[in-house]
Amino acid sequence: MRVALFITCYNDTLFPETGKAVVRVLERLGHTVEFPAGQTCCGQMHYNTGYQAEAMPLLERFVAQFRGAEAVVVPSSSCVAMMRDHYPMMAEHLKDEKLKAEVAELLPKVFEFSEFLTKRLGLEDVGAFYPHRVTYHASCHGLRNLGLGDGPLRLLKAVRGIDLVELERVEECCGFGGTFAVKNAEVSSAMLADKTRAVLNTRAEACTACDNSCLMHIQGSLHRQRTGVHTVHLAEILASDGGAA
Amino acid sequence: MSELVQLGHKPLDPRTAPSFPKAARALVGDTQMRKNVRHATNVIQGKRAKVVQEMPDWQQLREAGRRLREHTMANLDVYLERFEKNFTAAGGTVHWAKDAEEARRIVIGLVKASGSDEVIKIKSMTTEEIQLNKALEGAGIRPYETDLAELIIQLGHDQPSHIVVPALHKNRQQIREIFKREMNLPNLGDTPQDLADAARLFLREKFLKVKTGVSGANFLIAETGGVCVVESEGNGRMCLTLPETLITVAGIDKVVPRLQDLEVLLQVLPRSATGERMNPYNSIWTGVDPYGNDGPKAFHVVLMDNARTAVLADGEGRQTLNCIRCGACQNACPVYKQTGGHAYGSVYAGPIGAILTPQLMEMEHAQTLPYASSLCGACYEVCPVKINIPEVLVHLRSRVVEDAGLTAESVAMKAMAMVFRSEKRFRAAQRLGRLAEGPLVRKDGNGDGWIGWMPGLLGGWTQVRDLQSMPKETFRDWWEARGR
Repeated sequence: MRVALFITCYNDTLFPETGKAVVRVLERLGHTVEFPAGQTCCGQMHYNTGYQAEAMPLLERFVAQFRGAEAVVVPSSSCVAMMRDHYPMMAEHLKDEKLKAEVAELLPKVFEFSEFLTKRLGLEDVGAFYPHRVTYHASCHGLRNLGLGDGPLRLLKAVRGIDLVELERVEECCGFGGTFAVKNAEVSSAMLADKTRAVLNTRAEACTACDNSCLMHIQGSLHRQRTGVHTVHLAEILASDGGAA
Repeated sequence: MSELVQLGHKPLDPRTAPSFPKAARALVGDTQMRKNVRHATNVIQGKRAKVVQEMPDWQQLREAGRRLREHTMANLDVYLERFEKNFTAAGGTVHWAKDAEEARRIVIGLVKASGSDEVIKIKSMTTEEIQLNKALEGAGIRPYETDLAELIIQLGHDQPSHIVVPALHKNRQQIREIFKREMNLPNLGDTPQDLADAARLFLREKFLKVKTGVSGANFLIAETGGVCVVESEGNGRMCLTLPETLITVAGIDKVVPRLQDLEVLLQVLPRSATGERMNPYNSIWTGVDPYGNDGPKAFHVVLMDNARTAVLADGEGRQTLNCIRCGACQNACPVYKQTGGHAYGSVYAGPIGAILTPQLMEMEHAQTLPYASSLCGACYEVCPVKINIPEVLVHLRSRVVEDAGLTAESVAMKAMAMVFRSEKRFRAAQRLGRLAEGPLVRKDGNGDGWIGWMPGLLGGWTQVRDLQSMPKETFRDWWEARGR
């Protein structure tokens, strides 16, 4: 299959290893990855902070970049939630019939990375080897807006060598919430303290998720406290084959 | 500590309350309160989950609840007039109040006309919304709260922090201290039995003595003219049956078309609110007894707008009025769990407060409330009438941004939007970012670059978090190099 990768602005800038891992997994599974060069951002930060008008051109840009794709894979659950939950209504607001039709055509082909593997390809075992103790944080948008369910956990359980341990209160937000983390820094910090404690209680070496924004937040606290526990995107675990490649 | 005390003891008024971040900053330091709130909300959340899981048709019930409320709001004028007609036919009197001031004036007039200078009250967030107790006291009328939690709040000179469990921020030992002091019971124990006995003795006397009652309403049934009140203690029913005059204050959003609509609402409400299959006391009070043998001789309902029609006029915000005040969103909210209810500066705290309060203030106050959420969606997931709270929050944020006009934030956001509209500008910004962060980056023990301090608003991040420095190569740089 020809898979178009929407890396997202912050993964492109801050977490290139996640993008490389997605490419590695998809190519290992025999698919062709394409990267439309004009892609930038889905508009989530603007939309959610109250700057909806600024997000509109980014919707048009996304459609222009990805129209005609067989499948679009995005290694970020919150960006997919942004597109799925808001793009149809945004196109409606723009009163652009052509755009509306294109959004309706394109959205069913847009998948969050783990969702693409489990739901579109029907896979659980993607041939990964990762001999570490890992806990999984269910990012809110993946859990509630996308309904990822136990998909990411099934992928993790199929990883050879992994010691997967459950996170207590896994459904609770880590406190990131985009601009929430700076606009309400103290409350966000208190939420993060609870999440960090839950991660440390698992005695895991690494905390994983389908969203680097939550992981950046959790990692920020784990590093500040010199815990030695690190965060790693799900794609990077799935891409790992113990150095065989 | 003085700031904390003040927050809980001033009446919760969005017009004078500090901003959410400021109030929250003070409250997250109150570890005892946070422990109480977390414990109580976790317990109720657990009970709710249990009684929701046993319902095979829960999602259909939620959908039915949503449609019922949406239909009612779309035809509110019809159902309000129908309620007025049927309530009047049953011997009651309807009063219309356009705002809090008018509602208070009507209630005070009715209490005075009843010849009483005391009232017994059933728990009512609507009367808290209009600060009725303060107004009654100002008019020389003594209100006695009879709901156990509201009694604790009143005796403790405190403010409600939750719409269903107003004293949820207090634990048993703190309640005992309040009762000991205010009821003059120096030897009071702290078992639930001791506290309930003390409250019962205190309240029974009021029930038998006071001739005028004030209540809120859970639902107003248009078809029959009935007023529905659900509760756990039976004190509400005392207030409905014992006084000679009963005055019910209700927002116009409380109306439902038919008696049979309670089939849906009285299933979803108790399960969502207290994790019970059914409320222990369900009262429907329809007018007065024509033979004058039972219940109040005079029954008044004050139907209050207080900006609800303004909420109704906003196509995207109006689903807020569908709320049936179960408080499930508060119990589920990770922000509320950290701050408790007083941070929201309104009797409506938590996610529902974050969308209801600014709208009731017609966006002139409480503009920080729509931002008091990480948009995690836990509130929407549990809402028994499927109010999409995150969607309304985001909508209200756009109204705040619009009203604010030109700010440093809006300039930055617009500049970033311009960057994202061009791949070339985006790449330039990525390079610029790497240069700009340079002076802030320090190497850690593993030789990785981290930022431990940032200026301005971004400093909120580095209070408790580090930020990893930007990698040397972006993904698209790598992709291009790979293709060559």
